[in-house]
Formats: sequence, C-alpha cells, structure tokens
Amino acid sequence: MLVNLIIAQLVNGLTLGGMYALIALGYTLVYGILLMINFAHSELFMSGAFVGLGVMTLLTSSKVIGRFPWLSWLAPAQQFFTSSGVGVICMLAIVFLVSMVVVGIMGVTIERLAYRPLRHAPRLAPLISAVGVSIFLQNAVLLWISSSQVPFPNPLGNKMAFSVAGVDVSVLKVVIIVTAITLMIALDTYVSRSRMGKAMRATSQDREAAGLMGIDINRSIMLAFFIGPALASVAGIFSGMYYGSIVFYMGFLPGMKAFTAAVIGGIGNLRGAMLGGFVLGMVESLASGFISTGYKDVIAFGILILVLIFRPGGLLGESVVEKV
Amino acid sequence: MGGTKMDVNTAVSSGKMTPMRIALYTLMGVALVAMPIFFEGFGMLFMTRILALVGLYVMLALGLNIVVGYAGLLDLGYIAFYAIGAYAGVIVGSAVFKSMPGLGPWTYFLMIPVAAAFAALTGLALGTPVLRLRGDYLAIVTLGFGEIVRIIINNNAFNITNGAAGLPRAGVFLPKPLGLEWLQNNAFFAIPGMGANGFNFSFSSNVYWYYIIVLLCVLTIFVVQRLDDSRLGRSWAAMREDEVAASSMGVNIMQAKLWAFSLGAVWGGIAGLTFANFQQFVSPESFTFMESVFVVCAVVIGGMGSIPGAIIGALLIQGTPEIIRGFAASGIIPLKGEQVSAISNYRNLVFGLVMVMMMAWRPQGILPSKRRASELRPDTDEMGDEESETLYDAQHDTGQPGE
Repeated sequence: MLVNLIIAQLVNGLTLGGMYALIALGYTLVYGILLMINFAHSELFMSGAFVGLGVMTLLTSSKVIGRFPWLSWLAPAQQFFTSSGVGVICMLAIVFLVSMVVVGIMGVTIERLAYRPLRHAPRLAPLISAVGVSIFLQNAVLLWISSSQVPFPNPLGNKMAFSVAGVDVSVLKVVIIVTAITLMIALDTYVSRSRMGKAMRATSQDREAAGLMGIDINRSIMLAFFIGPALASVAGIFSGMYYGSIVFYMGFLPGMKAFTAAVIGGIGNLRGAMLGGFVLGMVESLASGFISTGYKDVIAFGILILVLIFRPGGLLGESVVEKV
Repeated sequence: MGGTKMDVNTAVSSGKMTPMRIALYTLMGVALVAMPIFFEGFGMLFMTRILALVGLYVMLALGLNIVVGYAGLLDLGYIAFYAIGAYAGVIVGSAVFKSMPGLGPWTYFLMIPVAAAFAALTGLALGTPVLRLRGDYLAIVTLGFGEIVRIIINNNAFNITNGAAGLPRAGVFLPKPLGLEWLQNNAFFAIPGMGANGFNFSFSSNVYWYYIIVLLCVLTIFVVQRLDDSRLGRSWAAMREDEVAASSMGVNIMQAKLWAFSLGAVWGGIAGLTFANFQQFVSPESFTFMESVFVVCAVVIGGMGSIPGAIIGALLIQGTPEIIRGFAASGIIPLKGEQVSAISNYRNLVFGLVMVMMMAWRPQGILPSKRRASELRPDTDEMGDEESETLYDAQHDTGQPGE
C-alpha cells in the first residue's frame, strides 16, 4: 500500500517535474543572459495553453466550421485529425508547433518593447516592467478570452500505458515525461554544440566582450526570449491536458514553482533547471501525498526561501559573485 | 553641534515653510476635515467610505515607500504585513475584550501598538534571513513570503484564523471604538434650505473611521518625512545608490535594511488593523498577490521615494476607479452598468500597461523625489546640480541657526 502510494506520487512528481523543468528553462535562459527575472514568463506559459486550445479547437471541433462557414475547407482535415491515432498525433504536433512559434514571438515582442529600452536602467526598472507585462497579459486574457475556467480536451484519453507495481501510468503522463526530457536534451545539445548556442553562452558569460568579438548580442537575447517561452507553451498545453481546464491566472503558481526549480538547480544553469524541476516536482507530490495538500504550495515557497538563504548558487550553480 | 546637524537636515529636506506652503497646507487641512461633512450632508455616503479606503492605501504606499523608495528593496509581499496587522489586532483584541469587557472602547487604540509590533517583528523575521539577497531575488522571496502568509491564514492555521470564512466568527462583533457611540447619537445637524434634498449630516461610523485614518496618514507622513531626513534615511539613500560604497563609508547595511523592513511593516500593520476595524471583518481574500502589486504600483506611479508621489499614486490606483463606480452607482454621473464594470475591469489591464510605459518613459514617477529622479535618469545632469545645491544650502544655513 505504502509502496503503491510512493510509486504513484513519484510518477506524478516526474510528470509535474517535467512541466516545471520546461518552464524553469525559460527563467534560467533569460537570467543567464540578461541577469533579470522575466516575471512575465508565467503568463507566457498561460498564453501557450490558450493558444494551444485555440489551435486544437480549430483542428478538431466541427462547431468552429458551423460558426464560421468560410473555414469549411478544414472539414476533411478535422476528419483526419479526430479519426485515427496517427491523426491525433499529427494534430498534437501541429498544436504544439503553432503554439511554440506564437508564444515564442510573443516572448521576443515583450523583450523588444518592455525590456530592451531598460537594458541600462537600474535593476529595479526591468523587474517592475516585467510585473506590468504580467498583469497586462493576465487581464488581457481575462477580458478578451474568458474570466473563468475553460475546459481543455485531452485527445489522448484516459488510456493507460503500463502499470508499475500495481500503479497504472496513463499515456498522457508518459507523453509529458518523454516530451519534456526530449526537449531538454535537444536544447542542451543545441546550446552546447551549435554556433548560435555558442554565441548565447558567450553572451551570458560577458555581454560586452561577446559584442566585441562580433557576436550579435541582440540576436542571442532574442533567441533566449524565443526558446524559453516556446518551451513554456509546451508546458502550458500539457498542463491543460493534465488538469482538464485552463484559466487566466493559471500561470502564477507554476511560474513561481518553476522559478524555484531554476533557483534550486542554480539559476543560469540549464542542466540545473532541469534537475531542479524534477526535484521540486517530486518533493511537491510526495509532500501532498504524505503531509497535506493544503500546504503543498507553502512547502514549495519554503524550499525557495531556504535555498536562496543557504545555497543561493543552487545545487549545480557556481556561487554568484556580486559585480561592483 | 546639535543645531548644526538640524540645519543640514532641514536643508536636505524638500523645502522651507514659505507663506505659500502654509496657505496650501491650511487649505488641504480644511478640505480634509470638511469633505466627509459635505459628502454625508448631501447624501453621497459612498464617498466617505472610498476616501477612508484611499487613506488606508496612502498609509500602505507610504509604508512600502520606505522599503522600495528609500531603501531600494523591491518588496512584492508587502500586503502580508497588512494581513498580519489585521489578524493580530482582531485576534489579540478579541481575547483582551473577552477577558476585560470594560476595555471595549479602548480595544482598537490599545491594539495599534500590538499590530505594529507584530508587523515589525515579522518584518524582522523576514528581513534577517534575506538580507544577503540581491534585488530580484529579494523580490521573489518577499512574494513567496506574502503567499505563505495568505495560504497559512486561508488554511485556518492553529484554528485561530477561521480560514477562508474570515474573522470575527459569526455572532462575534468587534467592540465600537472610543466615542463612536456618543457621536452617532449626538453629532448630527440639518440645514433644510440647502440643495435639492436639504443638507442632513449625521456622524456615521464611516465618518469616524475617515477621521481616524486621516489622522493616521498625517502621523505616517510626519514620521516618514522625519525618517527620510534622519541619519537612517541618509544611509538608506547611500545604500540604495551603491551598497558597496555605502558599506565602505561606514553604513551598517544589515542594520539599515532591517530598519527599512520593520519600519515599513509597522505602517502596513497599523493600516491592516484599522482596515479590519473599519470593515468589521477580515478574510484572506483581501491579501492576495495582486494587492501587493497595487501598492507597488501606487509607489512606482506616484514616484519612488516621494511622499506626495505615494499619496497621488494611492489616489489614482485605489481612488479613481472606486470614485467613478460610486458616482455612477448613485446616479450622479450617467454611466450604464456595463460601462462601470468595464472601467473596473480595464483598470488592471491599464495599470499593467502604465507600469511598463512608466519604466520606459518616466521611471521616476508622476511626482518624483528629486534625488530618486536623478538616480533613475542617470543620463541627465541633475544629480551633479543637486549635490552642489545641497552643499550650498547646508553651508548657507549653518550661518543662521534656528531657522
């Protein structure tokens, strides 16, 4: 019994951790390059869920065609996307790709409009600006899309993939964990191997020196602001499918927790953010299984505060040196 | 010796008491006293209430201004102190009132130091471990702290906060403060000929709390102004501008930050207690993260480090939408229901946008403090000008002690 509960909570923890890690990568990428906390990141996660829902509805719901007859050319495609397993996979792939691109562009736009003018301002200024962007996005969704919970379909259904020691693991959980890990490996490879990744690392080490070496700093920064939100949008869609509904304030808590994850792993460190995400997901689901669900958020925030106080560099981060 | 120091301080502060200023302050004082009489008399009862709520926001903004504006530490969980003041005041106050019913009318006033102490101690408790953190880390930790406080209250910790249902529990009432009963029974008058429906003033509990809150605001402004001019205030400015330089000049950074945290928290605590007594009710809903953000907004929009700025900011953030809603609801300005709800709905959207635009174009706020403005706009040359001006004033004033 106890073993079952532990295994069930570990699987939940991995699922949750995968989502946290995907969001945490965005915080860590931006922090690594600009040394700022992108407060609006959690809202990009939320936007990702809404964009994903929009695309998914367009690709699967016959009501859309009923309401907008000029979209009738979509009907055969909808037929394909809803009929077979291959169709569902294709549909999900399109949903994720479109959402990643749209939210990535949102991230780049926010950087261009709200953060770039403040690059030489005191540190408080971009932070306040980011809080402003976050409030704006939340209320834009609240006013123009929906002020209440919106149901989010799960095209994968409640099918079980396999069972471990009597605990059934759903296909959705497996997909979330596998996709998260795949994306992380891809990002890690891209940043450590590719030319652009090298430029990003150089920019995060020393922005001015990188500029003098002929690296286009703005391109590196824009890339960080594209990749981070794109990954967050994947997490947003998974979160919608996992919990079954999305709402305008859904970003706040996962955003805070993903930030905690980034800090646990050592902010600015990509592998640290991945590790931190999984650690936090595990701790949180074990805590809500064995201590109290009411206090699971307190536990996450408590961990954040404790890590910041006792090991501000995180598990994998080098100690942060205050630049004078 | 003491005299010289005083003079330097007055020179650093915003200005001298010119006749213009005295006239302005008198006018403002008269307006503050007369407003509730005017509004109550003409039947605009909602205005007194809104003004009292704005007053509480002014206190919050001034308190947070100590932390954000003076010490330069972004606190995104300030509303926690508001919550702690409210809950500590109500819980301790109810216990005291239960054991000594004779203290009833004094309970609120006795609870002021209690709420302030609770808030200050929590400020210290939060401040001590996070002192070493840099600005943005600090913002996140304070945010986490604010949420922890709200979640703990919401979960009915130790069975004293009554969870989401709020306090006081059903059937329990907070005792009426000193003099309210007498004023309600005796202080009213009517002037029949004035206005369409005549002028009928009666001293409601809203009016009572309005005056208490105005007095508290005046006290806050006085103390905050003195703090800004004090040795501590100057060490805050030094720390905010360059922590390393300040530290090497002998400013005790740890001490300065702790003072900022606990002195800022005090006003949050007192405002919370007053809010609880004014509303006769507290629940965790009033202390969400958005409320913290609104107070930060008030400080930032008004102008960090500036007292008039904090007041204007609070008035804009809390007052404008409420006043429009109140006037529309009472039919004084003709607005349809959906227009009114649109105004309050779009409020947050606009605030978000204003925060972004403010940082890009006017980071110093609407009514900035001169010194903070030059920090936030380093490209202008004002800093140098102000330094020499201060120096001149200081030298000039030492020649005339006692001015």
